[in-house]
Amino acid sequence: MSTTSQTARATLDAWARVQLARQAERPHTLDYIGDLCSDFIELHGDRAFRDDPAIVGGIARLRGTDRTIAVVGHQKGSNTKENLRRHFGMAHPEGFRKARRIMRHAEKFGLPLLTFLDIPGADPGIASEERGQGTAIAECIQTLTELRVPIVATVIGEGGSGGALALGVADKVLMLENAVYAVASPDAAASILWKDAKQAPAAAAAMRITANDALQLGVIDRIVPEPTPAHEDPHAAIRAVGEAIREALDRLIALETEELLAARYHKFRAIGQWREE
Amino acid sequence: MRELFRRQPRFTPAAEAENAEVPDNLFFKCPQCKELNYGKEFQEALRVCQSCGYHAPLSAHERLTLLLDAGTFREWDTGLRPEDPLGFVAGPPGKEESYRAKLDSARRKTNLQEAVVSGEGRINDHPLVVVVCDFGFMGASMGSVYGEKLARAAERAVERGLPLLTVSASGGARMQEGILSLMQMAKTTAALGRLGRTRLPHLSLLVDPCYGGVTASYATVADIVMAEPGARIGFAGQSVIEQITRQKLPEGFQRAEFQLEHGMLDLIVPRRELRDTLTTLLRHYGGASPKITTVTVEAREAQALEVRS
Repeated sequence: MSTTSQTARATLDAWARVQLARQAERPHTLDYIGDLCSDFIELHGDRAFRDDPAIVGGIARLRGTDRTIAVVGHQKGSNTKENLRRHFGMAHPEGFRKARRIMRHAEKFGLPLLTFLDIPGADPGIASEERGQGTAIAECIQTLTELRVPIVATVIGEGGSGGALALGVADKVLMLENAVYAVASPDAAASILWKDAKQAPAAAAAMRITANDALQLGVIDRIVPEPTPAHEDPHAAIRAVGEAIREALDRLIALETEELLAARYHKFRAIGQWREE
Repeated sequence: MRELFRRQPRFTPAAEAENAEVPDNLFFKCPQCKELNYGKEFQEALRVCQSCGYHAPLSAHERLTLLLDAGTFREWDTGLRPEDPLGFVAGPPGKEESYRAKLDSARRKTNLQEAVVSGEGRINDHPLVVVVCDFGFMGASMGSVYGEKLARAAERAVERGLPLLTVSASGGARMQEGILSLMQMAKTTAALGRLGRTRLPHLSLLVDPCYGGVTASYATVADIVMAEPGARIGFAGQSVIEQITRQKLPEGFQRAEFQLEHGMLDLIVPRRELRDTLTTLLRHYGGASPKITTVTVEAREAQALEVRS
């Protein structure tokens, strides 16, 4: 196969995945919680400013286990009205501060933490800057790196930028086959690199954002296959994710806390490619 | 090591296009107030405009010269080189540019191998670890080498019981290394978290401009977060915010003074006072006995791993 057609195929593939990851009918965090958990108590608010509907979380019983877990994820809407309310999952600083509160809650009560990543990118507005978007994300990342309970993160749709990583530092990182995980949304990257947002498909390919790419680059641990795209058969996708989560949790719970934290540190410590002369 | 010092550029005004007609760096035209500063006085003022207080950019080595006691800097990890993990090529048709080509031109332009310089040195005789960005090298974007250098510096600070100062000016995560760059945010934050658990301070100085993945990771969760006057600091870049919100940005938006007012900084430190402020801080933390806890963290971990194997 010629290089051109390989590139073309990669472009098509990456961009097709972006389209799938953005499907409004694709299951979102609350759908996962609904199917995989019982007795969910949603926790609200950052105790400082407001409750951000773009991030949801709480405590629940994980079905198929006798375990109470804490859960937090980005929440997109499945229609325009809900998306407006939830700001398309683009969390504000108070959303990340709510997430951090839930993380600390998990640690305090020794509850394993599940996170779901589904965010085009953290909100880039004036108000978010005024309330410290960068700091809020950094605090989440810092909290997760040292949280003394097992963490399983799943990229279920768009894993976009720092806003995704704010919930993405985990002992096991799972990713759905049609999800994407990127340093910047392809649209933003195209604006920066091509000075043209219409080049998003090319940017998507250049940045290598598919689940296969993430696995090859050592950024995720496992791909959860979608024999049928998740928006066509949500319950099947959720079931598959649930199995992968339970499997990962069983292993992580067997570890001593210090061992868990050391392994988490070394996992992220090892990511990156360089050479030494 | 020695040739690294020789390569160190002297304090010369930035060769900006608008100064190009002024010969021999006799003058520095302030981009903020347009006043002319005499080159020599401008250098003596640490490249701060004598008229309006504008803090002109410094290269990493200029910053280190200004910051550290003369001759005390020992650079670390000079052999780390970036790779091209994605085989990255991007840009408008006919203007495609590969990551490798960008790296080559950044190397030629800055005479550096990467966007951060790390090592140990002294400030008024207080030993510390320093990690300094050079914005001239691809906007000091954070890729694998940046992350690795910073993580190693933090780990060595723990081993040696030294405080750590980061001086960050960055456009954010390096797009050309894709998701690997995003993960450097976790890696650096984790490494500096370990430093914190040994009760060694991380002092963070944000300088113009500091954005994206650097603002959203290690640089803003330090024990002390400082900025130079007027530095632009934020998560999203101003043009992005303008495009998306279609709002005119308020005067002084994202400047250090704005960030201080909104509670995101501990203090704004003019360049002239930087060494004194850092000296005072280092003296305050000097009483801690970090070695004991250092051993404990490592030992606990080793023990935990031993139990399993």
